[in-house]
Amino acid sequence: MSTSATTMDRAAPRRFDGGGPRAFLHRLGHGDEVAHVLTLTFAAGILLLTSGLVYELWVNSHLSRAKFGWLFFWTRTWDPIFDNFGAAPFIYGTLVTSIVSLVIAVPLGLAAAIFLSELAPRRMSDTISFLIDLLAAVPSVIYGLLGIFIVVPLMRTTVGPILIGSLGHVPVLGKFFKGPNYGVGFLTAGVVLAIMVVPFIISVSREVLLTVPREQREAALALGATRWEATWKVVVPWARTGILGSVFLALARALGETMAVTMVIGNDPKIAASLFAPGYTIAAVIANEFTEATGDLYLSALIELGLVLFLMTFILNGLARLLIVATERGGGHPS
Amino acid sequence: MGATTHGNNATAARLAPQVVMSDKTSQASDKDALVRFEISDLNFYYGAKQAVFGLNLKIPKNRVTALIGPSGCGKSTFLRTLNRMNETIRNTRVVGQILLDGQDILQMDVVGLRRRVGMVFQRPNPFPKSIYENVAYGLRINGFQGRLDDLVEHSLRRAALWEEAKDYLHNSAFALSGGQQQRLCIARALAVDPEVLLLDEPCSALDPVTTAKIEELMFHLKDSCTMAIVTHNMQQAARASDFTAFMLDGKLIEHSETSKLFTTPTDPRTEAYITGRFG
Repeated sequence: MSTSATTMDRAAPRRFDGGGPRAFLHRLGHGDEVAHVLTLTFAAGILLLTSGLVYELWVNSHLSRAKFGWLFFWTRTWDPIFDNFGAAPFIYGTLVTSIVSLVIAVPLGLAAAIFLSELAPRRMSDTISFLIDLLAAVPSVIYGLLGIFIVVPLMRTTVGPILIGSLGHVPVLGKFFKGPNYGVGFLTAGVVLAIMVVPFIISVSREVLLTVPREQREAALALGATRWEATWKVVVPWARTGILGSVFLALARALGETMAVTMVIGNDPKIAASLFAPGYTIAAVIANEFTEATGDLYLSALIELGLVLFLMTFILNGLARLLIVATERGGGHPS
Repeated sequence: MGATTHGNNATAARLAPQVVMSDKTSQASDKDALVRFEISDLNFYYGAKQAVFGLNLKIPKNRVTALIGPSGCGKSTFLRTLNRMNETIRNTRVVGQILLDGQDILQMDVVGLRRRVGMVFQRPNPFPKSIYENVAYGLRINGFQGRLDDLVEHSLRRAALWEEAKDYLHNSAFALSGGQQQRLCIARALAVDPEVLLLDEPCSALDPVTTAKIEELMFHLKDSCTMAIVTHNMQQAARASDFTAFMLDGKLIEHSETSKLFTTPTDPRTEAYITGRFG
């Protein structure tokens, strides 16, 4: 709507000035035109950057694409010596660690955000939020160290045995909690990722929850809702689009996280049902093997992995959009 | 427990719509109308700032009581003490006594109180759900077991929205116009069959035609509900209420039958206000 208004405004003087480069230069003298050209340039720059990235990845992965074709997605071997490359273990590792991190981080982050926005005294809420924003800015290698020195030993000695002992016997779920426990693996990587993404979820969700109009809360309370009912059935649904947004922000970070993951996942390109098994992710393998990729095909396969990661992010973002549109349809609010 | 009984009451009210008293009889019986709310020596504080001073007022049953006064005179604040909605604001304090049917509301369970004392807000605030779910919300959270469809229809009829909304029950409430949204909010409040309905400037965001609809609606609701309405619009108070209370600077200046207050006010400040000399 606002864009149509601007074009109207802009169209009107153009008609009086007449077209032509001179008229354009004249208009350029005014701030409006300069701002227009500048912002357009930067917006176009984003488009250029993205397409340039895809183009480079596409062209440089040519060798690998020509040799493996679609099989690249399904092949489970990653063998630089015999030049046989497949992305399956890395796709699997990337997805599993991201899912595990979200399963842990979403309930935790949402609960913390609800506490901070609805229940905590304002001063306490602001202080904690400040600390959370600091956490979001900690370099990932620090989280990797935290993983190595705290999470890995804890997994090996305490959490792992408990989970294997309890959930390991549950019929379907048990599959994921069986087998040898080295301390490093999918679950550990997922936990470290969860610690890294939870600040994003808390920070964004809290902001969104704070913008829910107080009339919404009061309307529920006036009907005899308890404070929790008002929060859970009115305030949170109102903020759901923003909360979903925070989750996808977290997912994007989890998918692409490299350093912290490679420090705790075990770096073994295998597909295993057990969450205690070591694995590998796309970002981690690219970072680890890029400098030692000797053959052209090896390098090309790594670049194709980059393309796959880009594609995964693209698809998941698309699904995120669809999900948001779908939830809006069930009675969206004007925002 | 309560939900079922209320459902029955609602059915009874629907079955006997002819027992509406004419305007004349209702005027005649005003003097001996039963008291629903009895407020004595009420003081209200936002932190250190006092907003309501020593207020005494009786709100009669099945009548409309209007609260008028200039902006910031404490009328909304006072209205919101009646269902303890001010408790959602930090650092507020109530001193005094408010009796609802003889029971002290400050001692009551606040959730139960708000079930009995519904509220309609200044700006229409439907939930981001369908029309149907908006009306059903209060019933659902109160654990209503029964035919929701019937009660939703009944509530929408009471709010004079049924004819306009019946074909769109499962569309988003935000697709409705402002006036329809406000009637939906009234229907939502009526669904749990409250004894009292508090209206906080319900028409301030609406056009005159819609305002008239809501006033008419209030007239019909009198049979089953006690209402207190805060309004900036003196014509509205004169048209729609049986009693009017005039407040100024947090104090109740004058309270009497509407016809009397607007024709022969006893306090010079009331007269100045209703003739438009200030406010």
